[in-house]
This record gives sequence, C-alpha cells and structure tokens, in this order.
Amino acid sequence: MGRYVLRRLLQLIPVFVGTTFLIYWLVWAVPGDPFAGKCGERRCPDAYIDKMTELYSLDQPLPVQYFKYMSNLLQGDFGTTFGGQDVGALIAAAYPNTAKLAVVALLVEALIGLTAGVLSGLRRNGFLDNLVLVSTLFLLALPTFVTGFLLQWFLGVKLGVIRPTVSAEANFSELIVPGFVLGSISLAYVARLARTSIAENRRSDYVRTAIAKGLPMRRVVGIHLLRNSLIPVVTYLGTDLGALMGGAIVTEGIFQINGIGRTAYRAIVTKEGGTVVSVVVILVLVYLFMNLLIDLLYAALDPRIRYE
Amino acid sequence: MSQLSRRGVAWVGTVALALAATACAGDRPGAGTDGAITIYGQEPQNPLVPANTPEVGGGKLVNVLWTGLVDYQGVGGAPRNVLAESIESADAQKYTVRIRPGTTFHDGSPVTAASFVDAWNWGAHAPNGAANSSFYADIAGFADVHPTDPDGAGPQKAPAPRASAMSGLRVVDDTTFEATLAAPSAIWPVKLGHLAFMPLPRAFFGGRPDDFGRNPVGNGPVRFVSWAPDVAVKLTRFDGYRLVDRSKVKDVTVRLYQQDSAGYADLLSGNLDFMEQVPVANLAGRKWETDLADRRITFDLPATHMITFPLYDRRFASADLRRAVSLSIDRQLLIDRVFFGHRRPADSFSNPTARGYVAGECRDCRYDPAAAKAALARAGGFTGELPLFYNADSGHKDWMEAVAAQLQQTLGIRARAEAVPTFAALRKLVTDRKMTGGHRSGWRADYPDVELWLGPNYTTSGAGNDSGYSNPRVDALYREGVRSRDIDAAHARFAEAGRLLSDDQPTVPVFYAMQQSGYSPRIARAGLTPVGELDLATVELR
Repeated sequence: MGRYVLRRLLQLIPVFVGTTFLIYWLVWAVPGDPFAGKCGERRCPDAYIDKMTELYSLDQPLPVQYFKYMSNLLQGDFGTTFGGQDVGALIAAAYPNTAKLAVVALLVEALIGLTAGVLSGLRRNGFLDNLVLVSTLFLLALPTFVTGFLLQWFLGVKLGVIRPTVSAEANFSELIVPGFVLGSISLAYVARLARTSIAENRRSDYVRTAIAKGLPMRRVVGIHLLRNSLIPVVTYLGTDLGALMGGAIVTEGIFQINGIGRTAYRAIVTKEGGTVVSVVVILVLVYLFMNLLIDLLYAALDPRIRYE
Repeated sequence: MSQLSRRGVAWVGTVALALAATACAGDRPGAGTDGAITIYGQEPQNPLVPANTPEVGGGKLVNVLWTGLVDYQGVGGAPRNVLAESIESADAQKYTVRIRPGTTFHDGSPVTAASFVDAWNWGAHAPNGAANSSFYADIAGFADVHPTDPDGAGPQKAPAPRASAMSGLRVVDDTTFEATLAAPSAIWPVKLGHLAFMPLPRAFFGGRPDDFGRNPVGNGPVRFVSWAPDVAVKLTRFDGYRLVDRSKVKDVTVRLYQQDSAGYADLLSGNLDFMEQVPVANLAGRKWETDLADRRITFDLPATHMITFPLYDRRFASADLRRAVSLSIDRQLLIDRVFFGHRRPADSFSNPTARGYVAGECRDCRYDPAAAKAALARAGGFTGELPLFYNADSGHKDWMEAVAAQLQQTLGIRARAEAVPTFAALRKLVTDRKMTGGHRSGWRADYPDVELWLGPNYTTSGAGNDSGYSNPRVDALYREGVRSRDIDAAHARFAEAGRLLSDDQPTVPVFYAMQQSGYSPRIARAGLTPVGELDLATVELR
C-alpha cells in the first residue's frame, strides 16, 4: 500500500511538468497579441508595449519564459497579471468559492442521483424506474447554460426566492441552485450508472447466497449489494469532483461566482499565460490527487482489490 | 408626477433631459441625498492610474475618483471649467491655466499647479510606459521625454529620453501653470477633460505606481474604499468636495461583472441599481421596455461603427469599390432588423456628438442600389470572395452578416462575414497590416471634437488609421486645422477635409452607437455623463 502510493506520487512529477509546459505552450500559441487590443482601436504607445514586454519577458524564447516561470513558481511566486495583480492572491480568493460550489454539486449528485439510481435499480421497470429514466433523459438533454439561465430567471427574477447572483462571500445557501445546475448533468449519469450496476449485481452469485442464507433484505442491499455496486459510481464521482474543482466557467459566469473558472477564462481571453498556467497547476494537482484517492477507495469498497 | 405622464415622456427618447424635466414636481431639496447604490462595472485591466487607464472598466472608476480641469457638460459638449478657474491664451500656443484654490486630494494634500505638471510629465516620460502617453504629444518638449521608437513595437528599443520633464510645462505659482505647445492649437484645451490630464497627489511620486493604482488617491467627488478583484470596488462620497459635480449619493459599490446577463438579472431583481447597457438580447421585441417600464435611458454615445478596408491590398484600392459597398448598405433597414431601431444611421466620418460635426458629410452613406452597381462597374467589378471580419467575442455577428447579405443582394458579389475569435486577434491582424478583407471597427471619442475623428482615423500616421489611408491634402488640412488659433477656423478646415474623405471613401461608416441604460426603482432620477456613464451628481434616491 505505502509503496503503491509512493509510486503514484512519483508519477505525478512528469505528468505535472508535462501538462504545465503543454498549457504554457498552448496559451502562447493562441493567435493574437496580448497588447493588440489593450488600448481599444487606438494603437498602444510603443513605450507601453516595450515596458510590458520587458516586464513579462515576452520577448524571450518560450522555453526560457517557461523556465523563469517554473523557478518562480517553485519559490511560491505565481507571478502577476498584466494588470499587476498577484495571481496567487487571485487564486486564493477564487478557489474556496469553486471548491464550495464543487462540494455542493457533488452532494446534489450523490444524494439525488444515488437515491434515484438505487431505488429504480431495485424495482426495474416499475413506475419509479420509468420516471427516473425519463427525468434523467430530460436533464441530459439540457445544456448547463439553459438550466442555469432558466433557474436564474425563474427563481431569481420571476419568483424572487433566490438572489440571481451569488454574493462575494458565496455562502453555502446561495450556492444550492448553482450547485444543482452544475451537478444536474452528472446527477443523471450517476442515477443511470447506479441503476444499471444495482440491477446487474442483483442477479450475481453473492447476492443469491446472501438471500439464501436468510439475511434480512435491508442487510443484503445495504451491505452486500450496495458496496459492490458503488465502484463505477465512485469512479465517476471522483473524476467528476476533479472536473468540478476545475471550475465551471459557464455556471460561474451565469451566477457571477468569483471562482477559478472565471479567472481562468479571463486569463485565456487576455492571453495571460502566467495566470492560466498558475490556475492549471492547481487544477492538475487537484485532479491527480483526486484520482489517487479514488483508486485507494476501491480497496475499501471491494475486498478483492489489493495494492502492492 | 403621474406614472402616465412620466412614461409618455420616456417614450419620446432622450430621457436624461426628459427625466430632469418631469422630476421637477417631486424635487424636494435634500431628497435622496444619502444612501448607497450598486452599479454595474467590469474589472479594470490596470491599476487605477489615470495616465495608464486606456479602457472603459478602469476609465469609469477614474472618471469618478478624479476631477479634471474641465468636463464636457457644457452646451453641445463644449468644455466646462470644473477644477480650472480659467484657461487662457493670446496665441493658442502658450496657455495659462489657473486652478481653483483650496481643493484637496482625498488624502488631504492640496491640489496645486504642480499636481498637474508632475502628473503629465510622469505620463509622458517614455520609461513609465503609460498607455495614454500619446495625449501629451502637443506639449513642447514631448519628443525629448518620449522619443519615437524607430521600428514601432519591434525589437529595436527607442533611444533613451533626453529629459524627464517637458520643457513646455512651467509652474508659475501654487494655482497657476503655463503650458506651451509645440505648435499653436485651438483644440488643445478641449482635450483637458480626458483622464490623461488628471492631477496626481505627491504621494504618487514616492512609491510604486502599481501600489498607488491599487489604492488610488484622487480628487474627485468620490473616494476609494476597497477593491476586491473580480468582485467589487467600493467608493464613498468625498465630503471635502466643493466643485459642481458633487455626488448626491453617499456610498457607491461598483460590482464587477463578467456577463451582462448576470447584471441584468440583478437589475430586475433589485440587487443592482444601475446598468449602462442592458444586454442586447433584451432589446429584441422591446423586452427591456416591458422589464424596466419607465426606468430606462436611451442615450446617443460618442461612438461610430464602420467597415474599414485594407487599402494596402490592391483589391480594395479603388475608391469606387468602397463607394459601391457604402451605397449598397440599407442602414436603416439593418438598424431596424438587427438593433430593433436602437442605433442611428451614420452619415459622416465623425459623430453627431462631436463639435464640428457636419451632417451628411459622407455623401455616399446612403442606400442607392443603382448608384452602387454603377460604382462597382467603374471600379472594374470585384472577383472572388469578399470576407468581412469581425471579432466574435462581442455582439457584432448579426450586423456584419446583415451587411454581407446586403452586399450580396445589391452587388451580386460573394461577400461573407467571417469571425476572428477575439478583439485582440482582430487588432493584431489590423496592426500587422495582414487584413485580407473588410473588417469592422468602431471609434469612441475620448473628447468631443471632430479633430479626434479626423486625426487618428484618417491622417497618414494616425493611431487609429487601420486602413493605411493617406491623402496629403487631408493631412495638410488637418495640420492647418489643429494649428488654427481659432476653433471655428479649425472646424472649417476639418469640414474641408471631410469633403475630401467623402471623395475617397476610405471607410464605410455604418451606424452611430446608442446606449440603453436601466436603473432600479430605488433611483428617482438619474442622468448620464457625455460618455454614457452614470452622473453621480444627478442621482437621487427615493
């Protein structure tokens, strides 16, 4: 177990270096000049462009820029935006909001999705099963921005039960609706995954044995069936949490949440390579650790899985 | 003040004035003079140093945090003295500026003649790299502090400046300074309301400009409280303020939005009190009129949108081709269909808000299919595709496609609208002179004078001359106009240049921009500044 974790942690290093360089290069390769549109339709004075180019080492070759950036990063310096803001501070302000939103979304997915999936999986082809199938299909068909605008308009503007946008503090109560919007599509996947998995395992040998032993149904479902059926669902939820932690550009935009997705989006548009990479560095780390955590969780769920 | 009559007046149009007129009945002295409002804003792209704020997000904040010598609230957009007591000159070259004594910055330090002179010298000094540095170019000695870069933004560096202060600026006493221009100009005083000409307190010069810009100290009607990036900038009334444009509201929060739809939802649900421009999607079917009832302001912006052609590309070198394009566009139809009537058809190379504007200056800015076909024939026809580029990150798709369709229909040429992902990418193509078709461009006036339209856009070395248009006679008339000692003589020269422009049709002006603003029921009345921002001096709360 310990060796396995160590090996996985060591694998993170090349993945980390590779992804950050790739992102740095991609942002650099996006067409357009960061200072081309800075002064509107008027050309920026050459002195301004010269100063900014020198300040951000934009005249250096890409590997040199990357190396400078990484050596600063390793000293904990995320650099500054073209507007002179400390990127580290920006991320520190935005990331908790994204994390809170992701947790709310994950809770919505897990609670509603799992309940619906387990219930419909146990009673296949019943009324509940059909209801779940139809409603999840409906959710899957709606893109996030449609759900987002609809709920914002209906609940926020028409009925006035929520504030249409989230305040700077981003309290959990304000994040319920955005979290539902963000989690809605995954919710449908979770429900369907859980349903299939439960339905399949229902007919497996160990469930039959458990029933034959005369165990009460609650124990058969709760201990034997559910634990084994959860593996695909947990895998999905884990990677999804990684994705949710990566920020939801659309949802954060609609509900005016000061999160990491918005920060990244703005940096991409303004060609601020340093900011994009700084955000991505955090995201890559989160994603890698989430994956590791999920893999370790397998062993807890299924006694047949062991890590050497 | 009945609901009915107010709505009736609002329908008429320019509501800023109408509101002031109708609200007289309810005008109680002292009514709504405190309280707090939240207004729409966007994250400033730079720290808030006036000389280094070239964009609207930061510009809006600088405009209320600072007060300049003049503003543009005079008759017909003429400059009105605010901080200036007088700006005088006998020869239109050596100006003596007297400022009102006794005003202070928000930190309590006095606003003196040196506050202006030092600020302008800082902005002009090349090593400081201020984005608005070109605004000081008229002043004598500018070339010494800001030498020309031999290859523009290229790898070569400009020579080091020979001086750090412009020889044309001289402090006479605490409240008087002299500005000598490199050449006479009657237009120069008009520029002084631009934010490049704001004063800076002593505290600015000691530390790092970026630190100052994160915690700016101005001299305007409101002072800075806090700035949470991407969230909000908080401002509060500067109680020591004594000039005409005093804020009636106490606290102003500028909420920083990335999507205007979020702002609009907040406006409708009462969480936002003012939004300059409601999202264009809500203009469709007059939705915003139902949503906001009489809490609307329709306003003519000092901005013109046009189609510009790369004259350095042989295919677009013919004036007749560009004339054919101009004559093929049914501007009113386009405005009605795409903007639901919320724009005005362009008929000049400037803008009606500018002093010196000549109505009908662009003779071929009209729809005449027969004349268009004749012009195309004179140009020798057009073969191949005619791409019309626009930046896809802003709402230009619909009108550019409408233009392309009208060209196809009238001229039978293969015109199509083509998206470039971002504004920066489009500008890159333009400034690198790599444009391969027409492209949209818009020009927004920093100060209301035709000079600002003619000079940058149509003179050979103008900072906004995207087409590469060069006509020595236009250049000469512009130079004569700028150097006139009398502003009417200047405008006469500019008008003459405008006639030449109409002969050459370097660009195709399409429409004048308008703004549709909305405010919350908490605001009893609101007016706008000449650039369409909320005028805090006019806001009264219920």
